[in-house]
Amino acid sequence: MKKTRRDFLKTAAAGGALMLAPLSASAQQEIKADDEAVGMFYDSTLCVGCKACVSKCKQVNDMAAAPMPGDNDRVWDAPNDLDYRTRNIIKLYKDEQDPTKHAYVKYQCMHCIKPSCVSACPVSAMQKEAGTGIVFYDKNICIGCRYCQVACPFNIPKFEWPETFPKIVKCDLCKFTNLKLKNIPACCEVCPTNAVIFGKRKDLLAEAKRRQAENPGKYEKHIYGEFEVGGTNVIYLAGTSFDNLGFPELEKESAALMSEHVQHTVYKGFIAPVALYGFLAFVALRNRKSAEEVAHEHELEHELEVEIEHELEKEKHEKEGKH
Amino acid sequence: MAGHHDEYQVHRAKILTPAFYVLLFFTVLGFLLIAYRFVMGIGAVSNLSDGYPWGIWIAYDVATSTAFACGGYAMALVIYIMNRMKYHPLIRSALVTSMFGYMLAGMSVMVDVGRYWNAYSFFIPSRWQPNSVMFEVAVCIMAYNVVLIIEVLPAILERFIHMKDNRFPKLKHYAMIIYPKLDKVLIFIVILGITLPSMHQSSLGSMLIIAKSKLNPIWHTEILPLLFIINALYIGYATVIFESFASSMAFRRPFEKEVQQLSRIIPYVTGIWLTVRFIDLYVRGQLSAAFAGDFYSWMFMAEMLLILTGTYILMWNQYRRSPRMVFIAAMFLLIGGGWFRFNVYLIGFKPHGNWSYFPSLPEFFITIGLVAFEILGYMVLVKLFPIMPKVHGHEATAETAKAH
Ligand code: SF4
Ligand code: SF4
Ligand code: SF4
Repeated sequence: MKKTRRDFLKTAAAGGALMLAPLSASAQQEIKADDEAVGMFYDSTLCVGCKACVSKCKQVNDMAAAPMPGDNDRVWDAPNDLDYRTRNIIKLYKDEQDPTKHAYVKYQCMHCIKPSCVSACPVSAMQKEAGTGIVFYDKNICIGCRYCQVACPFNIPKFEWPETFPKIVKCDLCKFTNLKLKNIPACCEVCPTNAVIFGKRKDLLAEAKRRQAENPGKYEKHIYGEFEVGGTNVIYLAGTSFDNLGFPELEKESAALMSEHVQHTVYKGFIAPVALYGFLAFVALRNRKSAEEVAHEHELEHELEVEIEHELEKEKHEKEGKH
Repeated sequence: MAGHHDEYQVHRAKILTPAFYVLLFFTVLGFLLIAYRFVMGIGAVSNLSDGYPWGIWIAYDVATSTAFACGGYAMALVIYIMNRMKYHPLIRSALVTSMFGYMLAGMSVMVDVGRYWNAYSFFIPSRWQPNSVMFEVAVCIMAYNVVLIIEVLPAILERFIHMKDNRFPKLKHYAMIIYPKLDKVLIFIVILGITLPSMHQSSLGSMLIIAKSKLNPIWHTEILPLLFIINALYIGYATVIFESFASSMAFRRPFEKEVQQLSRIIPYVTGIWLTVRFIDLYVRGQLSAAFAGDFYSWMFMAEMLLILTGTYILMWNQYRRSPRMVFIAAMFLLIGGGWFRFNVYLIGFKPHGNWSYFPSLPEFFITIGLVAFEILGYMVLVKLFPIMPKVHGHEATAETAKAH
């Protein structure tokens, strides 16, 4: 019954080994885009900032306008940033020193090859379409936990904060609207300068490389989205650094893959939890046996104590009686 | 589990004390605000944003408060696995605290999620998403809530069985039938009650692994699950100490001597945690960032200082002998351990772009309301059912009797 520190350490070590399993993680698997994966290619140097794509996106996807502060008549749709009314936005970058140097940038979902939002969603409300790789959302399943927002490295999914019955909002490449009807996303359809084009990822990537090769010096070397977080189906070229354009600097490794790896190492086939349960049950049942013996001893001890107390009380009373 | 019934007692005292009304006030306030949230939306009561989609309702009510509710888990581990039966009298009150702590988490989640009416998605296999850490956490916490209720059930049943005035004869009858059956299988439930927290407490750490680009590297590591589970253990022990001390003050009971002995375990657990934490920082080359002296570094050092201080106090026998010092050390560990979780979920979390978050007043009051509700439930339950450890010896009984 005498337990030593060793037992404690043994138990701790067994539990620790189980939790440490992820440490034995092997290197990340390769993430590869599907050959059929589709996406968009936005060339910042071609964009004239007309925002035709912004308004068309709203129109076909039935999004509310985002009026300017003070615009009580709701004349303008003037979104500040992506939000629950705006899946797509054009922003302007201006060089502080040289105002002639400016560039536009378009933000929307990047349609990651290994999307964190899909990996995070507990109920499969965020899904990646097999083949096309389109990342889309189903509000009828979503519980509104916003883990997709936490997980997305680009901060793309938006939540309807002012609504009583809110949902998540994000670009789905017009999967249910323009793409379905006309085989092209709305923003790509209306762009007057072809700054944003639609196609298979591998073709778009080839096109981006061709433009870079043809116009040395015009473009940054970096094709944003080629490798970021394992690669995205939307890719970018620009004449200025992507940091200037407000993109986060991201690693090639996918955090979604890392997270799944840890999770699978611990929970694969539910072996580890079952093993843990079995191990704990074994120890606890063995302990209980010895404990029952001890419990009996305790009871006897306790009874004895009570008896002794009674005896003492009696003696005391007798003494008092004599006085 | 046979032969333990006489370890517990109903704490006989008035239920409607002034403290009761204060807690009731905050509970009602909290629930009114919750009602407002359900009518007007989350944006109307909170400062949450698309950059900070999770605020204190997740960082405190779920991530931290379930750690504070790990007393039952930590005690079960000591008692049934490490075979320290002498701590058995402490388990029921620890379990009740755990039950309310996890209930708080469950309620907060229902306040926090936007599309709560779809929560049944968790019970539809075609929607299960085993890649999702949150899926595992959610299912596990739901299951653990049920386990905790079953674990507390014997106390409720005992009360009905021992009822003198036979007001509810049916209830008594059923209690007498269920009780022995429950007693037989209880050990398997208890073990489930150790397995489940081991799973979801570590997964609560895994939750932020996917947000790698947003979480400061001082806290982002692949071994977050390991750090979280050890953290849950020492917070669990610290809670048992805290709770015992608080109830000895509030209910004027003697401070349980088992609790003081229990405090001996803590430095081992925190020791392991600190070692793992530093080795991890060293391996990932983040030690210099951790001591760089910027905001994040200060937050890290505060976390370390609190935990180191608590550990240091409990390393010395002469301090462990003083209930006050043990209590102070437990406070350090509770705050320090909770601080770590806050660092992971909120303070170290910085999305790309111009986002900031500080909880709004209604957010605070909803959390406070739920916590008040939790304490209220605890206070009422221990006065109705045999949950507190039995006070031994004459002196103590006399004191309790005097108290109210
Ligand atoms: S950019 Fe964000 S929302 Fe879009 S697929 Fe990637 S992780 Fe999901
Ligand atoms: S908010 Fe909805 S879509 Fe996003 S992770 Fe939660 S359940 Fe999935
Ligand atoms: S693909 Fe469709 S939803 Fe996405 S930004 Fe373009 S128009 Fe909007």
